[in-house]
Amino acid sequence: MFRAIERLGDRTLYFIELWGQMGLFLFTTLASLLRPPYQLHPILKQIHFIGARSTLVILVAGVFTGMVVALQFYDTLVRFGSVAMLGSAVALALIRELGPVLSALVVIGRAGSAICAEIGIMRNDEQIDALECMAIDPYKYLIAPRILGGLIAVPALTMIFIVVGIFGGWFVGVVLFGVSEAAYFHGMYDTVVWHDVWMGVVKSFVFGLIIVWVATVRGFFLHLDRSGVFGAEGVSRTTTNAVVFSTIGVLVSDYLISAVML
Amino acid sequence: MNHSAQPLETPEAVDGREPVIEVRDLVSHYGERRILDGVDLQVRRGEILVIMGGSGSGKSTLLHHLLGLKRPSAGSIRLLGSELEDLSKKQLYALRRRMGVAFQGGALFSSMSLRENVALPLRQHTRLDEETIRIMTRMKLEMVNLGGFEDLRPAELSGGMLKRAGLARSLIMDPELLFFDEPSAGLDPVVSAELDELILRLREALSMTIVVVTHELESAFGIADRILVLDQGRVLVTGTVEQVRNTDNARVQDLLNRRPRNEPVDAEAYLRRLTGMRD
Repeated sequence: MFRAIERLGDRTLYFIELWGQMGLFLFTTLASLLRPPYQLHPILKQIHFIGARSTLVILVAGVFTGMVVALQFYDTLVRFGSVAMLGSAVALALIRELGPVLSALVVIGRAGSAICAEIGIMRNDEQIDALECMAIDPYKYLIAPRILGGLIAVPALTMIFIVVGIFGGWFVGVVLFGVSEAAYFHGMYDTVVWHDVWMGVVKSFVFGLIIVWVATVRGFFLHLDRSGVFGAEGVSRTTTNAVVFSTIGVLVSDYLISAVML
Repeated sequence: MNHSAQPLETPEAVDGREPVIEVRDLVSHYGERRILDGVDLQVRRGEILVIMGGSGSGKSTLLHHLLGLKRPSAGSIRLLGSELEDLSKKQLYALRRRMGVAFQGGALFSSMSLRENVALPLRQHTRLDEETIRIMTRMKLEMVNLGGFEDLRPAELSGGMLKRAGLARSLIMDPELLFFDEPSAGLDPVVSAELDELILRLREALSMTIVVVTHELESAFGIADRILVLDQGRVLVTGTVEQVRNTDNARVQDLLNRRPRNEPVDAEAYLRRLTGMRD
């Protein structure tokens, strides 16, 4: 009984500490952005790494998501005789939910894990200490460009995902099942309002932040991990944790944003 | 076993030169575990101090404190005239521009060439033009015998070369104070001797104050003005090479003569330590 309470207390303290650490980390990073030097190149490099190099995966994922969504909706709508609604159904599903969430999951797998491992290895190899000792703020030099890169790249990828997905849906609905093209696109114009787009945009920004935030903070504080494991094992464990944690973060915040904005 | 500290202040050590580092009664914890237990030390301008000790002696922790990377549980550290505890982040960074640190494995960034690595502090802290940066970088790399390797990446270099490249980077801002973590660990004796030679030359040519952390006896005796022997978080002895050699502290004599500790259980760990395993 006492052991259980003790363990509960221990866990609680650990979570408070974890959230405090994450909050301070983000605050320090954002504060570092206000100080000169303001350098554009590192941010562009991160946009390239997170964004440009994920484009192909996003294109493929987008097309097939759009296609399968159209397939499912067509099958449902045809029973009610309202296939004219196909365009709006596909567009709304992609813009509000599937686009932001699936893009985020792709980015977690491709870039989030890589960022976490990279920062973790830098911590292990004393490179972050070296930056500190050279009077170069690691928050500004390493973390801030990645966070900004994520905030720009993830919404951009999401937009690509949605547009490509809509055309994937068009291919299945219009080309394969013969829904009228005018109905497909006009239904979309009529039902999708700015609020829906806005919801997608907010989500993709929040997801971009969560992904890079979790990846960098886990890697950065690798040496403080309470498992006390360093080296290759520490990096692999931390990277796995970061992927799990940011996936859950994305899904939970997705629900919260939907609940607030709907 | 006698574990009490025996400070042996030498006439040279307390002569007129100003102290660059002053540590008083430093206590440090890692979680619940006490790593440093009342460490005192002083380094004067132009001096080479070697901090010596085996694995787990607390020497790496002491170095982290001297660099301001870790906050002490108790005690004070004065560096180049400033109390570390009192400094804001900005002031600490200003102080760090006056010192250089060469890390054990070089700690170079794998995504950059050697030239970019060494030039990094210049690019971040100065507005020098490309040509000047190029010349300065080349000079420092030649100083550590790495001229001509500028375009290689860290992954293409050997351990000794990485260490020397890290040294070149730490010298690029012409620091007054240089820290060198384990210059000889993992190197063959010839390369290690060359590095020792280089450290001595740096002091001669640039009148730097140098703090070296090592577990290598040979290297320590070769370069030190004074040696501080650390064991289990306490200072066993500080003094000149002669004083340390002649001390009657049993533990220090054990270390010097490579005798295992009394407990036979520790023999293996001690051997491992002497053969140069990392902390």
